[in-house]
Amino acid sequence: MAYDYEKSIRPGKLPHIWCPGCGHGIVMKGLIRAMDACGLEKKNTAIVSGIGCASRMPGYLDFNTLHTAHGRAAAFATGIKMAKPEMTVICCGGDGDGAAIGGNHFIHACRRNIDMTYVLMNNYIYGMTGGQFSSSTPTGHLASTTPYGNPDPCFDLAKLAIGAGATFVARTTAFHANQIDKLIAEGIKHKGMAIIEVLDDCPTTYGRRNKFRSVVDMMKRLKEIAVPVTAAAKMTPEQLEGKTLTGVLHKEDRPEYCESYAKIIARVQGA
Amino acid sequence: MAKKIALLQGNEACAQGALYAGCNFFGGYPITPSTEVAEVMAGELPKIGGKFIQMEDEIGAMASIIGASLAGSKTLTASSGPGISLKQELIGYACIAEVPCVIINVMRGGPSTGMPTGPGQSDVMQARWGTHGDHAAIALCPASCQEIFTETVRAFNLAEKYRMPVQVLYDEIVGHMRERIVFPEPGELEVIDRTAPSVPPEKYKPFDTSFGDVPPLAAYGSDYRFHVTGLNKAEDGFPTTKAELVDAEERRQIRKVECPEARADIESNEEYLIDDAEVVVLAYGSTSRSARYAVNELREQGIKAGMFRPITLWPFPEQRVAQIGEQVKAIVVPEMNLGQMIFEVERVVKNSCKLAGVHRVDGDPLTPSQIIDQVKEVL
Repeated sequence: MAYDYEKSIRPGKLPHIWCPGCGHGIVMKGLIRAMDACGLEKKNTAIVSGIGCASRMPGYLDFNTLHTAHGRAAAFATGIKMAKPEMTVICCGGDGDGAAIGGNHFIHACRRNIDMTYVLMNNYIYGMTGGQFSSSTPTGHLASTTPYGNPDPCFDLAKLAIGAGATFVARTTAFHANQIDKLIAEGIKHKGMAIIEVLDDCPTTYGRRNKFRSVVDMMKRLKEIAVPVTAAAKMTPEQLEGKTLTGVLHKEDRPEYCESYAKIIARVQGA
Repeated sequence: MAKKIALLQGNEACAQGALYAGCNFFGGYPITPSTEVAEVMAGELPKIGGKFIQMEDEIGAMASIIGASLAGSKTLTASSGPGISLKQELIGYACIAEVPCVIINVMRGGPSTGMPTGPGQSDVMQARWGTHGDHAAIALCPASCQEIFTETVRAFNLAEKYRMPVQVLYDEIVGHMRERIVFPEPGELEVIDRTAPSVPPEKYKPFDTSFGDVPPLAAYGSDYRFHVTGLNKAEDGFPTTKAELVDAEERRQIRKVECPEARADIESNEEYLIDDAEVVVLAYGSTSRSARYAVNELREQGIKAGMFRPITLWPFPEQRVAQIGEQVKAIVVPEMNLGQMIFEVERVVKNSCKLAGVHRVDGDPLTPSQIIDQVKEVL
């Protein structure tokens, strides 16, 4: 029997705003399956986003949802989680939103290791505003504000998250639909800050400027560049040139922020 | 039982007032001259099971208190000068999403870094118009440590009652001054909590106006699920671009504060020797302390002076100031800025009386003699 997505979608809120061929819908389906697999209760779950195409996702989902300001999802979510640590808090959004204008909130949420799951859809571009380069647009690529090629080096978002202190960091792509839900579910179950980077495609504003003739071409590229971390261990640096590691890239146990604060409360009240 | 009495700094009194009002979440970022508010909250909140978080920046601090408020907490942040400038984006978010929260602004000079340890009153217009777009504003301006306590309680009450951000503006002088505080007993001051929805969860709309201009607010993590956005939205909380819905929502959000009933509830003024006054000094915050001294001195010299002190700066007490303009020969407006509230007074009194300002931005307080000199000159 086909999986029932409808039970998690707000009645009357579809169709979504995403262009044909955009991977955000694949990610949303993965998120729905992941939340379901974790048995999350709607009333005890908050989904928080910033601004941009990917940040419209919470509006379609029948949970507590908060569509905040540009880049601020992690900071709003931190407030919710601190106020009600018993809630499951999930952030979702794009690369420009999360790592450029929201970069400071992002790295500090990682550093605190607050128990949240952040689904970061990296489509290499500011899509909603029409295709300006983001902090993850590859060097040399074309965007509406890099008509001669992007001079900026780009972030490796997963490395950024690991460096900042996130205790669960995973990466997959919109092509690997069956891996998205599993990684998000693992992130939700992980106690601490979980970052799931999903390499995504934006055919409308990124693909057409960068010689991807079709959505299929973009999806093929995502398939080709992805190398599971397990397979990468057996590959040479030459073989890994131009590839991106996928799967669980980092996992560690470290005290979770709200639990640490709860201990402070207990100590102060006991004294 | 005798009441608890303490010698407290203004910023400490603010934190104590917040705790009295039921504040259980503080999100902040260090900045002079407001930091002591955060320091006291960091020490006190864990004792009552509340939460304190020092965020990575001012914007994050503002975001955290909005998020926590939506999860049902009574939330506070405190800042000054450039910190308040940074918060403006999300003060606007709290306006449109109608999220109760309190922002303390311990005013210093400026623009930019200015003089961090010097007093100023230059954020009066920022408190009204700092965030972009049309919006209502409530800003309170206490002039003593005791009043910082009571006005902080009132700020929480207004934030909860009108479902919006409320700003408390006081300057560095009162923020760092130490005065005797008499703690009100629990129950002595009114403490208001937001109206929770009475409809069943499936019928709940976060911006339902069938109960009046201030819709009931549920909390995340309760039986009510809802969507919140910074976009113009319809009653159900979802974005809309329908002209009539956008127009109605924008107007309601301003009307809820500026209608006559709300104004009567929110406005608060002190009038001192106004009945027979020929000249009135309109002063707020710490400047009113010099103004009171000046008025007493002028009275001794035979000049019928009085003082009008708006404690609620926004909404501005238009009606009463217009009446005073009709009564007196002149109004003198001393401010620790180069002229902000004086333009609001001018707008209201029009040409019914003479109007003169006394302005100072050198980091020192306005003195009574400066005010006295200006009163004599204008008469």
